[in-house]
Formats: sequence, structure tokens, C-alpha cells
Amino acid sequence: MKKGYYGQWGGAFIPEVLYSTFAELNRIYEEARADAAFWQEYVAVMQNYSCRPTPLTVADNLSEALGGARIYIKREDLNHTGAHKANNVMGQGLLVKRMGKRRVIAETGAGQHGVATATMAARYGLECTIYMGAEDVARQRPNVFWMEKLGATVVPVTSGSRTLKDAMNEAFRDWVSSMEDTHYVIGTVCGPHPFPEMVAWFQSIIGIEAHEQILAQHGGLPARVYACVGGGSNAMGIFQGFLGQPQVELVGVEAGGEGVDTARHAARMKGSRARAGVAQGYKTMFLQNEDGQMLDTHSIAAGLDYVGISPILADLGEQGRVRFEAATDQEVLEALSLTMETEGLIPALESSHAFVQAYKEAPKMARDEAIIINMSGRGDKDIFTVAHAYDDPSWKEFIIARGQEYGG
Amino acid sequence: MELAHELHNRLEQKPILLMTHLVLGYPSLEDNRLVIEQMAANGVDCIELQIPFSEPIADGPVILKANQDSLETGITVEQCFTFAREMADRFPQVCFLFMTYYNIVYAQGEETFLGRTREIGLWGTIIPDLPPEEGQSYLQLSRELGLAAITFFTPTSTSARMEEVAGQGNGFVYCVARKGVTGKQTELDSSIEAYLKRCKGATALPLAVGFGISSRADIDRLTGMAEMAVIGTATIKLVDEQGPGAVGPFIAGLLAGSCQPAAE
Repeated sequence: MKKGYYGQWGGAFIPEVLYSTFAELNRIYEEARADAAFWQEYVAVMQNYSCRPTPLTVADNLSEALGGARIYIKREDLNHTGAHKANNVMGQGLLVKRMGKRRVIAETGAGQHGVATATMAARYGLECTIYMGAEDVARQRPNVFWMEKLGATVVPVTSGSRTLKDAMNEAFRDWVSSMEDTHYVIGTVCGPHPFPEMVAWFQSIIGIEAHEQILAQHGGLPARVYACVGGGSNAMGIFQGFLGQPQVELVGVEAGGEGVDTARHAARMKGSRARAGVAQGYKTMFLQNEDGQMLDTHSIAAGLDYVGISPILADLGEQGRVRFEAATDQEVLEALSLTMETEGLIPALESSHAFVQAYKEAPKMARDEAIIINMSGRGDKDIFTVAHAYDDPSWKEFIIARGQEYGG
Repeated sequence: MELAHELHNRLEQKPILLMTHLVLGYPSLEDNRLVIEQMAANGVDCIELQIPFSEPIADGPVILKANQDSLETGITVEQCFTFAREMADRFPQVCFLFMTYYNIVYAQGEETFLGRTREIGLWGTIIPDLPPEEGQSYLQLSRELGLAAITFFTPTSTSARMEEVAGQGNGFVYCVARKGVTGKQTELDSSIEAYLKRCKGATALPLAVGFGISSRADIDRLTGMAEMAVIGTATIKLVDEQGPGAVGPFIAGLLAGSCQPAAE
């Protein structure tokens, strides 16, 4: 198979001006991948800086409440900056040091990847610019605050649908004139080769740990593993720990928004609105019209609000190795409430999509079966969105009072 | 006739050729029509007709906005084909090419898209996000149909890479004068002379130099170093600021003295 392809998906559809930049990146990445000391250094950084290995928490209360399978939760929320994004960012940071570049740029949707990149840049002494859709800047204000405090420049992107894909386009536009001293830290398992493969490699640390942990804690493999899928980096991370065991069913949960039969969602594999296409440097299933123009997407979770999906996951879906489902905004809020009230855990809105599907299926499974839900991030960052969605009266009072204080 | 041959014939009449660009449907097809009439009347050799795409990653703010505004009017790829056919029929003295991103081609299928491009009388296509490594079937089909498949040189290209790329395309080679997206200011300094010398050494195809050229002086400097000057963002800005009627005098001013159109 052609390099950088997964079945018919992937590739590197890059403008000629980036040819030599990608040649260098491929070389550095392949050298690192062949160097056992690099991976050891990476794991050591993650242990010392980002709380790895993250625990696999057994959710006894939920398992009792729902009946059926025993539920385990992989706690990527306990990473530094509160999401699995740190895994990829610190890994690429080590590559940036090898390349000797002095500046990094990144796109961000929910802001988690932007915050993670900004911390990495601060830690490694790099300049940092984050591109973020104007709509996401408005709905993820706390992350914008942290990025700026960490020393990054946040550029709101007002073109297109003003969300993640537009932020990615803008980061590419920066990169084609700055590549000599700048690395583009793509935040997910998408984009031109080697990004999907490279980001999946850094995220594989999740699955490696989860595999060992479930054997130790449960005494066997899980029957199913659930992960939410935007670009697909947390899903690829945990799935890689079980790809070699066909008896483990892998379930990717997409953003169903207001329903996959409406125009307001971001489900590429589930539903019928996506078609094969090429954009943002790679070939995958995109939500697009007949002419090939990308459609507007919607999700309550900014991090899942994206038109494309990892080419690796598109292939695994086509092969039938990963089953895709979708969770609606409303179901996500219900699952989030249940998780908070039952286990005292606050999953991010993105991660809550995986919880929805697990909660639907666990009661129908046997008591001696185990499932793992990948809790890709923590939900405290979503306080404004969640409080708004719950229409929480005391939160509103607080905001009004604070508004008056600032306004007056 | 193939495009490279046509361009060489034209170069026997004048020292440098001119290619202009516009985004179809921006601000409207009616305005595009007025602009193309003036370009054709003033001796423009090639015109890039850009089919708008929602994700134009190689384009800077001016052309990005033009793409979006055009799409917001509801323009379709079908309308672009119909319009291009009309222009090719009306102005046979101009070599029209489609410029767009690969997803637009992919959505129709390469065979359908390129077959129809040939059928309506266009000379070739320019697809900035389709490197030769990913474009083998596109390059093959273009050759079979006698369509120009435009490849790119950039200041970051090694001479070996230039030879590799140019060997797979035809028509002309688009030499990007500097890094970055379309529409940024470029000075034609001595480093560009050295760069174009390197480009010349890598291919026998005509060289078109684009990205940021906007004045008569730029074109004079290019004469002798490249075969075709490309005016992109400058005319879009002109139409934005002064309306479509300003394009004719602008083009006439660019060409005055150095290479008058044969029509005078």
C-alpha cells in the first residue's frame, strides 16, 4: 500500500511549497520512531509532567445502577491540562526540539489542544500562536484566557464556518510562509501524512496502559471499548491497545447534535450525509454537498464539531473493525448528569458522547463482561456551555451579578 | 494544440505573456463577464477561472473572501462549467484554464471533470493541493486529453525536485515567487532572479511567475527571465474598489510600451 494510506484513505495532499517541510518532518519522525530511547524519553516526560499512567477507574456505582457489564473508565482527564491532548503535544514538542524550530502553531476547537500546545511551548521555550474559530472563542472563553496567560497569541478565525476546520485552514496559511522556523502541531489524527500516523503513535500510550490495567484489574480483556470521535485522536489512542484482539469490540461515538437525520450534527460515519473527499491535506469521509463544498457542522461539544474524520478510523470503520454510533446533544447532557451524580466524575462534553453509548449497551451485557469508556477530558472547562444547557438559575444569577460588577 | 506550443507561438510576437485570474461568481458572473471582456480586449493571453471551494488553503484573505462570497450567492460547479464554455466560445484568442482545489475535481470524478473541461474548450487545469505523488491518474488523464496539467515551483524547491515535478506536468510551470499564500506583497529582488534562473535550468516548459505581481515595473523586470507574468489578487482588489470597468485600463497600463496587443 502507498505510504500514508489506510485502505483508500489518507495521503498527503499538500501544496508544493510545503514539500521540503514534510520531507524533513517525515525524516525526523521516522528516526524518532526507530529510536527506542525516544519513546523512553517521551514516557518519562509524560510520567513526570502529566500524571501518567492515568488510572483505570472501576465505576462500581454505575455498574450497579445500570446492571449488566462492569464499567471501567480510563482517566485521560487527569492529564496535565485536563485531556488526552497533552500526550500528542508533548510528543510533538520533543520532535520540535530535534528539528531545532523556535515557534509552534496549532488549531484548536474546544481549546484543549490549544491550551496543551501553549503549555508545551511555555515549557520548551517556544513562541506559540493558536488559531481558533471565532465561534469557539466565544463558547470556550476560559481556555482562551489560559492560552493567553500561558504566553500564546490566540487568533480568532472569522472565515468559513468559524470553527475547527477553519482554524486548521488558517494554521496552514500561517505555515506556508513560516515553515522554516515553525512547526504546525496538528492536534488530531487527521491532516496530511505523517500526522495521522504520528499523532496515533503518541496517543497509543493510552491503549498500552489500558490493556495492562484491564488485565490486572478485571483479569481479562474488555468486551467493548467506547471512545468519542471528532478527529479521532483519543479513540485511536485507546483502540490501538486492543486492535490485535478481535474479540474486543471497538465503538466510536460521533456527535449526533440534534439528530443524524437533521442537518445539525457532525457524524461522518453514522448517517448518510458524508462522502469521500479530499480537503485539509488528506482523503477521508467529509460532510459535504454534491459539488464537494464542506457543510456546516454542529455539536454541543466544540471538539467534535468537525467535517472530517481520521483516515485510519475511516478505514477501520470500512473494514468493520470499529463500529460507529452517534449521541445527541440532549443524550450527552443526561449522561453527564448521571456520571456526575453517580461517580463524582465530570467528563468533558466530548467524552460524554462515549458515556452515552456505553450506558445504552451496558445493561444488555453479562455481569462478567467488562467495558472501558475513554474519558478523554474533564468537563470543568465546559462550565459556561453546560450551565447554559442546563439553564441553571443560580449560575445565571452569578453571571448577571458579575456582569454588573464589571459593567458598573 | 497543446498549451506549451501555443504559448511558444505567442512568444514569437511579444516578449512576455500575461495571465490573469478571477474567482467565478465573485462578485457575480455578470461582473466576471465584464472583466473578461476587458482582459480579452487588452491582449491577455491566459485566464485562470477559479471554481470556488469552501476550504481554499493556498489562498490569502482576498481570494479566500472571494471564494466564500461567491459560494454564499449559491454558485454551483455546473454554473461554472456553463459560464466557462460561454467564455471559451466568445474569446477564442484567450487560453482559459480552470483553477480549483482537488475536492471539486474528485467530487465529479477525474474523468468526468477533465473530459468536460476539454469538451468545453478549456486548455488545462491548475490544482494547487494536488502534488504529483497524489495526482498520477490526473496527470495521465490530462496527457491523454491534451490538457495542460500545471505543476509548481517554489523558492523552497530543490533543483532535483523541480526537475521531478516539471517532468510530470505540461503546459507551463507556475513559479511561486515567494513563500506564503496568494496576495502578499513581493519585491522582485535579486534573489528572484537567481531563483528564476534555477527554474529555467530545470525545465523547457514556459515559466509563469505569480503571487504578488501588480505593476508595469514588475512585468518589465520579469521580461527575459520568465515567459508569462501572472496577475492574481490585484485585479480582484481593483474590481472591489473601482468596479469591473477599471480592469481594462489597468491591463492596458501593464502592457503599454512593452508588449502591445496585436489588435492595435
